[in-house]
Amino acid sequence: MSDIGFVRKEMVPEQEPPASTTGVIGWMRENLFSGWFNTALTIVSVFFLAMILMGLVPWVLSPTWKAASLNECRDILHEMGREGHYAGACWGVIRDRWVQLFFGFYPADLYWRPIVAIALLGVALAPVLFSDKVSPKLFWFTAIFPVLFPWMLWGGAFWTPLLVVAGFVLAYFVYSYVERVASSLLALIAAILFAVIWFVWGVGTVSGVVNTSLGAARLDGQLEQVTTEITRLEAEVARLDGEIKTAEDAVTAVMEAGDSARESGGDAFRTLIAEARVPRNVLGALRAEKGIVDTNLSHLKSYKRRMELLPELVEKLPGLREAAAVARDALPASVSHVTTEAGLDKFKTRISDEGLDILQDDMKALEAVLKQENEVRFTEGSIDVTYADAARIGLRPVESRNFGGYMLSITIGVVAIAVSLPLGILLALGRQSNLPLLKSLCVGFIEFIRGVPLITLLFVASTLLNIFLPPGTNFDIILRVIIMATLFSAAYMAEVVRGGLAALPTGQYEGADSLGLNYWQSQRLIIMPQALKISIPGIVSSFIGLFKDTVLVSIIGLLDPLGLSNAVRADAAWNGIVWEIYGFIALLFFIVCFSMSRYSMYLERKLHTGR
Amino acid sequence: MTTLSDPPKEGFRLSQLIYDTRYRSMTIQVVALIGFLVLIGWLISNTAQNLAALGKEPSFRFLTDPAGYDINQRLIDYTNQDTHLRAAFSGVLNTLLVAFLGCITATIIGVFVGVLRLSKNWIVSRLMAVYVEMFRNVPVLLWIVLVMAILIESLPPPKAFRGENATSAMMLNDTVAITNRGIYVPEPIFGRDAKDDKGNFLDEPTGWRVGLGDIAIGANAEDGSCKRYYATEGPGAGEPDTGCGTFQISLDLMAVLLVLFGGFYASHRIKTRADHIQEATGERPTTWYLRFGVVVVPMVILLYVLGFYLGYPELKGFNFKGGTHMRNSLIALWLALSLYTAAFIAEIVRAGIMAISHGQTEAAAALGLRPNRIMSLVVLPQALRVIIPPLISNWLNLTKNSSLAIAVGYMDITGTLMGITLNQTGRELETVMLGMLIYLTISLSISAVMNWYNNSVKLVER
Repeated sequence: MSDIGFVRKEMVPEQEPPASTTGVIGWMRENLFSGWFNTALTIVSVFFLAMILMGLVPWVLSPTWKAASLNECRDILHEMGREGHYAGACWGVIRDRWVQLFFGFYPADLYWRPIVAIALLGVALAPVLFSDKVSPKLFWFTAIFPVLFPWMLWGGAFWTPLLVVAGFVLAYFVYSYVERVASSLLALIAAILFAVIWFVWGVGTVSGVVNTSLGAARLDGQLEQVTTEITRLEAEVARLDGEIKTAEDAVTAVMEAGDSARESGGDAFRTLIAEARVPRNVLGALRAEKGIVDTNLSHLKSYKRRMELLPELVEKLPGLREAAAVARDALPASVSHVTTEAGLDKFKTRISDEGLDILQDDMKALEAVLKQENEVRFTEGSIDVTYADAARIGLRPVESRNFGGYMLSITIGVVAIAVSLPLGILLALGRQSNLPLLKSLCVGFIEFIRGVPLITLLFVASTLLNIFLPPGTNFDIILRVIIMATLFSAAYMAEVVRGGLAALPTGQYEGADSLGLNYWQSQRLIIMPQALKISIPGIVSSFIGLFKDTVLVSIIGLLDPLGLSNAVRADAAWNGIVWEIYGFIALLFFIVCFSMSRYSMYLERKLHTGR
Repeated sequence: MTTLSDPPKEGFRLSQLIYDTRYRSMTIQVVALIGFLVLIGWLISNTAQNLAALGKEPSFRFLTDPAGYDINQRLIDYTNQDTHLRAAFSGVLNTLLVAFLGCITATIIGVFVGVLRLSKNWIVSRLMAVYVEMFRNVPVLLWIVLVMAILIESLPPPKAFRGENATSAMMLNDTVAITNRGIYVPEPIFGRDAKDDKGNFLDEPTGWRVGLGDIAIGANAEDGSCKRYYATEGPGAGEPDTGCGTFQISLDLMAVLLVLFGGFYASHRIKTRADHIQEATGERPTTWYLRFGVVVVPMVILLYVLGFYLGYPELKGFNFKGGTHMRNSLIALWLALSLYTAAFIAEIVRAGIMAISHGQTEAAAALGLRPNRIMSLVVLPQALRVIIPPLISNWLNLTKNSSLAIAVGYMDITGTLMGITLNQTGRELETVMLGMLIYLTISLSISAVMNWYNNSVKLVER
């Protein structure tokens, strides 16, 4: 019994784990050096990382923020004793041109408009992005934002966006009325027909009437206002001229000092160059300011001239019209079918090709009539434009060719994303529907768009879209690009949503049917909430893809950041800059796309409710 | 007693077209069809009116006119006297070339990165994550111009290879030259006549065309632009007009491909036979040397018969001569597209591997398989089923993205047909439509082939 010599009565106190498995060392053993293969991998990647960082960090950390040209950058680096092609980045170009890379050639005094528009974009997105933290009442703002956003950017009279909104509201009323008296299908057709008629003719007619009446009423007041404004701007120009003269003198003085110092050379010369930077920057700023004032002034002057001429033109117009009509009636039958300049050219080739027998005098009469009719059209056009200008209560219009930079990418991206999601959902529903004809139309559209690269669709936008539309339509290139980008994105969106629809168990569809819901009710209340939730990652990644693809517009000549980078390099001061601009643009896109993908991950986690 | 009674018979009323679900679908479809036809008709009539006003009747006759522009990187013979059609064909081949090269490298890099991203090594997985995020979140066009700029700015010019104290040297035993004008690699040449008597290269060794002779398709010997074609060897050697035509098929290439496919087929037969023997007897005969020999020996003999040798690039004057010149535009496009698409493929591979349940790995380990065998025999075959469909769509994306070649001046179908040909002939409608049709054909055929493959590896469920 007493063989057992020792029985432990109490527990041995816990000991610390061995030092090699805890703390930094333990972590490193576990994650970096577990086995010879891992160790080799670690060493190789550390070596690789060190190589890249050793090359990149000194290049990025270069104090060239204030330089005004590439040569100045090189001087600064030379002073620091850094030589060679990759001695350091020249960040001066970003300081000099970041405004342009953001806004393109948007008028500088109107920069507040895109800034406010993008800030409001944040407000409009808030109820969508963070639906649990923001009041759902903000959805009203989200709903009107697609109309507000273009108006803020392009400007124009305030009633244009109102008329667009009115179109949707009226179409809704038409729908609910027809649905009450007839059926929902008829109501849908009626509402679509109404919307088409409203947007093709209604908006133009109503705004034309408003322009003419309001313009006539406001003409005198406008004239007075413009005259005072012109006097003010002229005084401004005179002031700026004086200041520019002073600044030029200062620059000349430094230059002359520089010339004498160059002979002595060395440090004195370099200090002088550094000193010359200040007056030169002042001069540049003054000149830029004067440029803006000059443009405004010349706009106002031509506007004033048009307003002064207006009464005369209005008086002349009926007479011109009558004369043209009389002359047209007097034309001989052999030539009276020709109504346009293009028609005239074609008619002439026909005469020479087919040897038609047309009197010389008849041709002359025809040309005279065409000229008269042209004048009538021109007069009508200039009267309309002046009335529209005088009547405009709202924002100053900005032409599309002034759009550019990151603002353009955001504009195209935001509008195309906003429109492509509903369109994509409709296409997906069409593709999943059991109406064979509708289904094959949707499949054909989706597969066609997905089978061709976006760049070919942009070629269609830039060269073909005007051929497809009625003769004489010539609408904005940015709008055309947005249309094609939207169609492109909608096809991809449709496939993503279709994946979500296909992933839903059939029980959900059958359950909805057994509750007695009709098609749209079951889609809205049962199917779509679940299907969209499943397809969120796909939807966000096609948003990211679309936003990245906006860069392609630089190929058809729009000035997005990449297109502008060529304009920057064309400047003699920055000729030879490559990496800084590309890096900056890449960073801009990276920030937006990366945050979108992080947001999608957050949303996935948030919506991961059970199952 | 109850009797079954039919619902009262009703005649067809017009309102049923709207209210009765049996007929309503017909109504909707007819309305949709009418709407679609009206839209199409409206577009066509607008187009006809606009084209008539511009004085351009749609016609494809411009395709047979001389193109008048050069294509610097090409796979087939082409001079600026050739037709627009041939230029477009050259462009299509260039598109296919860069798409093919890009798909291969993107897949290799993507699989590599995707596997390494799952590595337990912290620093490696982080590095790969940075790579993926960096490439996925920046537009591919930016990567293309960036890589182009890197090639032009950082590689040595050809003159750096010259002289006593050359700062750069050719690589791989003086066979490859990497310069800022592109990369020069050895070129396969059939027949030893590509050099003239003094041993100099002809001004442009044209590879396959110097061999046994080419067969012309669509030959048109009366055409003046045709005179320059001649074969340097074979039955029609030295005669102008021989080998004249829109397209040539190289007999050498055909022979090489035929022998290659024959070799692979024979090798496959040997494998099947070995399988049968193993089934019957339980012992597998050693066949690797047979299978290897069947592919290699006939190939070597054929190449010897055809007089195969490699043309090496050499520094002549200010530039390299000889060899195959891969221009910067091709390299930049290829590299950028591969790296960009590889980032997406890496994510797909990662997701595919993670989709395999852990039980599979553990069961394989319990069977006593070693880690790399677990990967190759258990995990990868299952992961491939998840990976392949999105992989195909990424290959398609790469092919479509290759149209951005126009940004670096690589003459693919966008650069030739929808670029210079469009500008020179002013035929927007025809060129853009034709270009879209070509892309559509390429995309649809890739996805058809890949869907067929996908179906053949699909899990067969009971």
